[in-house]
Amino acid sequence: MIKKFPLNRKQRTLVKIIISIIFLVTVILGGVLLDEDKIVTNLSERNSAPSLEHLFGTDWLGRDMFTRTVMGLSLSIGVGLIGAIGSASIALLLGMAAATMGKMADRIISWVIDLFLSVPHLVTLILIAFTLGGGFKGIVIGLTLTHWPSLARVIRAEVMQIRSAEFVQVSQKMGKSRWWIAVHHILPHIVPQLLIGFMLLFPHVILHEAAVTFLGLGLSPHEPAIGIILSESMKYLSSGMWWLAFFPGLCLLIVVRTFDQIGENLRVLMDPTRNHD
Amino acid sequence: MQLEAKDIGFRYGDGPWLFQGVNITLEPGEIVGITGPSGRGKTTFCRILAGFESPIEGAVHMNGAPLQKNGYHPVQMVLQHPEKAINPRWKLHQILNEGYQPDQELLNLLGIEQEWLTRWPHELSGGELQRFCVARALGPNTRFLIADEMTTMLDANTQAQIWHAIMEIAKKREMGILVVTHESKLMQRLCHRVINFNEFD
Repeated sequence: MIKKFPLNRKQRTLVKIIISIIFLVTVILGGVLLDEDKIVTNLSERNSAPSLEHLFGTDWLGRDMFTRTVMGLSLSIGVGLIGAIGSASIALLLGMAAATMGKMADRIISWVIDLFLSVPHLVTLILIAFTLGGGFKGIVIGLTLTHWPSLARVIRAEVMQIRSAEFVQVSQKMGKSRWWIAVHHILPHIVPQLLIGFMLLFPHVILHEAAVTFLGLGLSPHEPAIGIILSESMKYLSSGMWWLAFFPGLCLLIVVRTFDQIGENLRVLMDPTRNHD
Repeated sequence: MQLEAKDIGFRYGDGPWLFQGVNITLEPGEIVGITGPSGRGKTTFCRILAGFESPIEGAVHMNGAPLQKNGYHPVQMVLQHPEKAINPRWKLHQILNEGYQPDQELLNLLGIEQEWLTRWPHELSGGELQRFCVARALGPNTRFLIADEMTTMLDANTQAQIWHAIMEIAKKREMGILVVTHESKLMQRLCHRVINFNEFD
């Protein structure tokens, strides 16, 4: 593919951004416009393979899989957005605090970051979601509380570097307060990092949400999340109904991969020393 | 307004003393040069005077009282590398107006052109950026200016223009200047007296 269409990194990123926007718009619009009527059980059309009428086929209760997939993705993306925004905010807050509030704060925050990083966050996530009783609230809070440490560490390092820059020292001696310097000098340097961190967090969060839901510890079964669709269809795979898992899984893969690559490409493009390759 | 460095000593961590017992007094309107070989702590001493660093021994006094840590520092410093002393994500008019609003007369004197103000720092040369650093340091509350190899990396024309402007302003405002440079000719032309930093080892 890449050899046939020789696009450079900027163009490839643009293509991916367009794909992801199309995806987001269909999924969000679909999630709003489609309602429960579309996925009512229709026993006369059970287990039909993909056709023009039912693009992704129907399941064992005759529900349209396309509609279910769109609704599931919409839910997943919503959870992913809230989780990623929450995580990125925590990372920004703690990263800035660690780097500007003195040695003791830095030591405590670094210790907490290490603590969170030393446990696989799927485990912490399951623990938090389970303690909060599962469901939408539990999973969103769980995702928010578990995905910030690596981004917080990056931001802390970045802030420390800028804090010791000469232009910050000059600014201090012009009588500017710490707060003023944090907002006017340090924050503009953090924004690209934060944006990229957010773009990379987003697919991560969606995937973990799907994983936890698949394991049955996340969203409740009557909500058509991708994880639930996938886990339910497991039973039917052996009877040859491949479309039940294939299309929802593929859609999840596309969303996650495009966002991941957009984040990765943005990182390379925003790095001034590397953006020419 | 007299700037006085009393028995200043400095070292990094537990390392050897970079210098000890440095005593320098700067009168208003006086231009003093510092010479000495590289690596003897000239820049560190300047940073102490400008409040960037606190001395391990001794103190810097202004009119007999120690300098404030917060607020506008009456001793401003212009560094050797303008590109490091400027936030690369700020437009130049922001950089210029960070401390105060310089008037048009000052900009003309330093040769800062109006069209530069809307540009980004990487679109200007080192010499052009250094004019901004000088203008920024010459706020109304600046009593002493420290020029640490300020014009070392600039060509002769730009050097002459910047120094000419600074001398004029210094004379008008009775501002004291501390010049660090390796160029003995520049030193002779500018300074009323020269201190050899070698003595403070």
